[in-house]
Amino acid sequence: MSEDVKDARGMNRRRAMQCLMWGSAGVLWTMSGGVPKALRLDGEAVAAEAGSFSFAQISDTHIGFKAPANPNPNGTLTEALARITAARPAFMVHTGDVSHLAKPEQFDTAAEIMKSAKLDTFYIPGEHDTIEDDGKLFFERFGRAKNTGGWYSFDMHGAHFVALVNVVGLKGGGQGMLGAAQREWLEDDLKSRSASTPIIILAHMPLWSIYPQWGWGTEDAAPALDYVKRFGSVTVLNGHIHQVIQKVEGNVTYHTAYSTAFPQPAPGDGPGPGPLKVPADKLKAMLGVRRIDVVADRVALRDAPLQA
Amino acid sequence: MTVYRKNLATTLLCAAMLVALICGAFYMRPGLAASDAKAAVTIDNYAFGPGTLTVKRGTTVTWTNKDDDVHTVKSDEGPVAFKSQALDTGDSFTVTFDKAGTYQYICSIHPHMQGKIVVQ
Repeated sequence: MSEDVKDARGMNRRRAMQCLMWGSAGVLWTMSGGVPKALRLDGEAVAAEAGSFSFAQISDTHIGFKAPANPNPNGTLTEALARITAARPAFMVHTGDVSHLAKPEQFDTAAEIMKSAKLDTFYIPGEHDTIEDDGKLFFERFGRAKNTGGWYSFDMHGAHFVALVNVVGLKGGGQGMLGAAQREWLEDDLKSRSASTPIIILAHMPLWSIYPQWGWGTEDAAPALDYVKRFGSVTVLNGHIHQVIQKVEGNVTYHTAYSTAFPQPAPGDGPGPGPLKVPADKLKAMLGVRRIDVVADRVALRDAPLQA
Repeated sequence: MTVYRKNLATTLLCAAMLVALICGAFYMRPGLAASDAKAAVTIDNYAFGPGTLTVKRGTTVTWTNKDDDVHTVKSDEGPVAFKSQALDTGDSFTVTFDKAGTYQYICSIHPHMQGKIVVQ
């Protein structure tokens, strides 16, 4: 704990209040030289250190969803964004399933609501966004890639972000798929980075097998993740399963995220992974957003449900 | 003259098509039991039911999505390719199978969902 307290600099009242807003989850994971550890909430102050930054992850907004599990996904997205902007992150990532059916009007509505956050946002598609046209419309509106596959990378305050696409060209009986072309690109993209660069990987479907019977994994994640083994700090942020599940493997930590639209059952719980209908007053406790603080090679995550 | 020739050509073409149609009808009829039957596949809990459906040639198969999630029906292997649009809750998709064979299909966004139509 003493080491964490040392990081506490530049704390002020406003910052403290912002932190409190995120306190409800109460769980904070950090990576330091590949060793994960949980911090107490007062370790939050690490984000105020010079050279550090915070960003937000939002996922599975499913604009256009109409089933009883959440009749108002526009409203819950708006609430989620309010929570994100109150904490003033530097930017935001959306890890896919922006829309429910990839319809132009759903993309329009999503873009309009997302705009209210006034944050630079990096998107990747989920399988719902690519359902009709392998993501053509999605990439036209939300894409940043120079290639046709839609994957890209970017650097922020010394951290290297890789935005992957694992929801196109899926094969029968399989799970998510990156494909050989994207894996080659990834190898090349990471080649010139120093091993001390924090690597943050975004992909919609989990990059580890959580529950293959429901397709909750990515077929060719293992060969792709071979390329990150030499890095000291690797954080993988996924969506798709509408709940927070974490795993640590060597220097790599894996985190799935809340949806802002509807929850899904725990892996293997029940006959299928369909939208989970919960009592109306419980719904917001199962939806949420994530804040990520990066300080040097340390990455701290905090998941905050929309309601405690 | 030109007009007459064109008309003649059209008439000949029509006649040829008619003959072809009649021959086709006779060819299809005996013993091959082309069917105008209907069959249904339900999409429920991220599964196609029945998983394997055996039908006669000419049968029209309708898939109906009863899940709260969206699905598709996309051929994976078989004599003829087909793909539905996104099927939201309650949406249906229909294919008439005129060619015998085994058609394997998947949901293109949940590819662990697999089904098979056997057309006899």
